[in-house]
Amino acid sequence: MAEMQLPAGKLAELSEKFLQDVYTIPDGERIKLCIQCGTCSASCPTSYAMDYTPREIIAAFRAGMLDRVLKSNTVWMCASCYSCSVRCPAGIKLTDVMYELKRLGIEYGLYAKKATAPVLSREFVKMVDKHGRNPELNLLGWFYMKTNPFGLLKMAPLGLKLFKRGRLAFRPSKMKRQYELARITNRLEGKEGK
Amino acid sequence: MDYTYYPGCSLEVSNKAYDISARNVAKALGANLIELEDWNCCGATNYMSVRELRSFAISARNLALAQKENRDLVTVCSACYTTLNKTHQYMEADGKLKAEINNALSAVNLKYDGDLKVRHLLDVFVNDIGIENIAKKVKVPLKGLRVVPYYGCQLTRPNATFDDAEFPTTMDTLFRALGADVVDYPLKTKCCGGMLMTTAEKVALKLVRNLLDCAVKRGVDCIVTPCPLCHFNLDAYQNNVNKMFGTNFAVPILFFTQLTGVALGLSGREIALGQEIVPAEEALSVYMGGRQ
Repeated sequence: MAEMQLPAGKLAELSEKFLQDVYTIPDGERIKLCIQCGTCSASCPTSYAMDYTPREIIAAFRAGMLDRVLKSNTVWMCASCYSCSVRCPAGIKLTDVMYELKRLGIEYGLYAKKATAPVLSREFVKMVDKHGRNPELNLLGWFYMKTNPFGLLKMAPLGLKLFKRGRLAFRPSKMKRQYELARITNRLEGKEGK
Repeated sequence: MDYTYYPGCSLEVSNKAYDISARNVAKALGANLIELEDWNCCGATNYMSVRELRSFAISARNLALAQKENRDLVTVCSACYTTLNKTHQYMEADGKLKAEINNALSAVNLKYDGDLKVRHLLDVFVNDIGIENIAKKVKVPLKGLRVVPYYGCQLTRPNATFDDAEFPTTMDTLFRALGADVVDYPLKTKCCGGMLMTTAEKVALKLVRNLLDCAVKRGVDCIVTPCPLCHFNLDAYQNNVNKMFGTNFAVPILFFTQLTGVALGLSGREIALGQEIVPAEEALSVYMGGRQ
């Protein structure tokens, strides 16, 4: 399959950034200790559905092919079960590595165009920033509108059951000092007074 | 004993049954849950995975607020538990991160020293109240009820704080004290798919199918979980599993607080029975004895 490759300079920058960021995770430099044993891939409940298994991510990185991993479905199939992290004999926090790859994929615009998980994450962040809490119904509503409007229809029978049981709220719950979150994140990102 | 209680977003509406049963059962066992004033999102996996630093900052607001109360912070959601704990641990492990987050928190006159314990209510039940004390308060032993303790992921991973990451036993011990028949369940820490149910439904449904199949083959009356997301995937999506795989599962899924409440003799209303999608009424009728 012919696909657009990242220019070599950009790829080197990506690999460098990846490593730098992974090193900021506590014990992050342990990624150097990977012996390709495959315990992570064998423990992963969704590796069967991944284009590259967790073990292959590190192999691909070492081979200078990180962009291919990012463009695949791999990191968006991670369910955050942390099985790989607790079992890795080298103590590599592979779930955190997955998260780092998600962030890089978004930053560089490198993710499977069919993947809907980046959309969910983006909407989730927006909703929490706006409301301070996760207004579940709004979130899922927006998510399906943006990815698969028919999904909403498919969800309708379950939605009705939940509604009958008082498990859907049309108005998100409010914090009292919701403005504090914006103040915190603005200072964090040096955006105060802008 | 008093605890600061962090309900988390999903307990406000879609998993209200967990919130109601947690408060009432804790009270019946002598643990007083005082809700953290003006809490916000825990920093959730879905947020943390794409905006890590920001998620630590908003998560730390909860920790800083809780620290002022001088009590342990207790949550019942496994995902909130992991996220809040992770923020705490990473801030403790990385002085630079801690300074950065505290600088951000200072915008609202808050500071987090790291002097706080983030705990799961299951830990409080088993290790503070104690199995023997709980056993003494059992009014309706769950004799003959075959239950599967399903722990899921984030209760014990990545940080096995009060139970083993691979072979947890706290719920097994608790349910035995309630008089139930605890069924050996090899998939007790296997993943339910989590949020993949929304973004990669087929993958998640397969995981849930495996979980239900294993339980049903062992002849169980109900599956019991300490996690709202596991509950939602196993309960609310059970019908989708049946449609996709041509199965006919009808296994009630309960929160560990609800099962405890049944044995303590609480009313159906006090443990919010009836909010589940797969009805639990029949499986529990003997033990509820007509209590509404």
